[in-house]
Amino acid sequence: MTLLDVARGPALEFAFAVFAIGVAWRLLSVLLLPWATERSAKRPGTPSRAMGAIGLFVRHLWPAGPFRRNALFITLNSYVFHLGLAIVVFGLAQHIVFLQNAFGVSWPSLPSGVVYVVAVITLATLAAALAHRLTSPVLRLLSTFNDYMSWFVTAAPVATGLLAVSHLWAPYETLLAIHILSVALLLAWFPFGKLMHSFLVFLTRSETGAFYSRRGVEI
Amino acid sequence: MPERETIGDVLARRGVSRRALLKYTSTLASVMALAPAASRAMADALAKAHRQSVIWLSFQECTGCTESLTRSFNPNIGDLIFDVISLDYHETLQAASGFAAEAAREAAIAANKGKFVLVVDGSVSTKDGGIYSTVAGKTNLQLLQETAKDALAVIAVGTCASFGGLPHADPNPTGAVPVSDIVKDKPVINIPGCPPIAEAIAGTVAYIVTFGKLPDLDQRNRPRAFYGDAIHDRCYRRPFYDQGLFAASFDDEGARKGWCLYELGCKGPVTYNACATIKWNGGVSYPIQSGHGCLGCSEPDFWDKGGFYKPLSTNTGNDAEIVGAAVAAGAAVGVASALIARHRKRKAQTAKAAAKTEGQP
Ligand code: SF4
Repeated sequence: MTLLDVARGPALEFAFAVFAIGVAWRLLSVLLLPWATERSAKRPGTPSRAMGAIGLFVRHLWPAGPFRRNALFITLNSYVFHLGLAIVVFGLAQHIVFLQNAFGVSWPSLPSGVVYVVAVITLATLAAALAHRLTSPVLRLLSTFNDYMSWFVTAAPVATGLLAVSHLWAPYETLLAIHILSVALLLAWFPFGKLMHSFLVFLTRSETGAFYSRRGVEI
Repeated sequence: MPERETIGDVLARRGVSRRALLKYTSTLASVMALAPAASRAMADALAKAHRQSVIWLSFQECTGCTESLTRSFNPNIGDLIFDVISLDYHETLQAASGFAAEAAREAAIAANKGKFVLVVDGSVSTKDGGIYSTVAGKTNLQLLQETAKDALAVIAVGTCASFGGLPHADPNPTGAVPVSDIVKDKPVINIPGCPPIAEAIAGTVAYIVTFGKLPDLDQRNRPRAFYGDAIHDRCYRRPFYDQGLFAASFDDEGARKGWCLYELGCKGPVTYNACATIKWNGGVSYPIQSGHGCLGCSEPDFWDKGGFYKPLSTNTGNDAEIVGAAVAAGAAVGVASALIARHRKRKAQTAKAAAKTEGQP
């Protein structure tokens, strides 16, 4: 069995299994928790829980006034990163055939050249995010292994994917194997680290929104 | 052919001119990426060289490799050198059969002890003592051990001999192994392919005859001259790959326009062979040029890589079932942890209520 065979076969199998167990576990264990008892009276004239949740979600798409100056770089960097990653993951033909193989749906791909440029930009935003984390004293103090690990498992597939398509440094089979293994690592780490925010962000922001609106908080 | 006759004598007798020999050696030199001056040196050396004895044994195989060599579109001097000048024993091609054939093999070994090159096509059955493939009552395993002992070098022709090939495919009922698993004390050159390109077989033998040494080999013991590049690196459809233009089915617009076959499962990017440069049938075409992706036949276990039509970037496991079971398991753990949390909360509330009641006067 070559490294590529291991990557495409058992490594992905293992990663999918860990991902599925972890995500189902974490989501259900949160969703089935008992609701906290509301001890305060609802402010008159405030919207429903659902509207409160949606309202905060939309408002928080951009930092509020007092925080804007400080959060501008990280907000913009994050937007470029998230958009870039989505373009790379869902736009490259090689990725689409992977997703089609897994989910049975397919869509037209973007020209490879466009995806490569976007991948380089995405990698640059990741580097900027790390540099920001390391240079900001407060952020550095707050950072744990979880933050660095989540950064690493995200940056690794982007970097190794770029190497694989550029056929640099090692033969294609080795680069593709390393790329797939890095994706397997991302999937296995996903439910247990900060990457789980991809799912949990909807729960936490919605709940915060409902909570705020009940009390008339408007940030 | 008398033992001391040179290859030049034989070629002259067969009506092959020096010009034709030079043409052959210059092709060989360019294919094997040798220096331009090497072609003349090769022609001279080849003309003066004495015959190199070759004994060919066939084990668990389909005869495709011999077919490839003998049915090449335009039998060339390479085949002549290989077939007429060198071949002392070939089970498929020789006229003799039965005891006479066995006697011929033993005679050929005895006459060229320590000097002959042993060519093997087919894998070696090892399970149950190797009884699944026998010739004249002897297992392939015995024949190989017996013959390789007196050989100068061994050439494993075809993917079966090189890497186990089709007989080695899961579940490998005969315990098939490649030649290199059995022969450990002699150099083993692998010329894989299902079948290998005729020029790669003849060219490697011609190289050994000419230079009296083994060609430069890669990590899988394949001559770098023929297996140095991936098909993908020499494929004429590569510009389409680089642009992301892929055929999605064998009869779509992309297929008609000759786009890259990656999405149709082409294994060219991970397959090392000379198909894209030397091509087949006298340089007419090769699988990708004919519209089908590369199967990766010159790589180990090409039969067990998740399917010929599965793109390289896809997973090969049975992941839907695994994910289904994993979601169920994860859900069970999630429900259990939520129930425990609820239970704890209830317990805490009861304890609090009890404390309150107790505290009351
Ligand atoms: S057809 Fe196969 S070998 Fe040719 S460029 Fe496409 S993937 Fe590579």
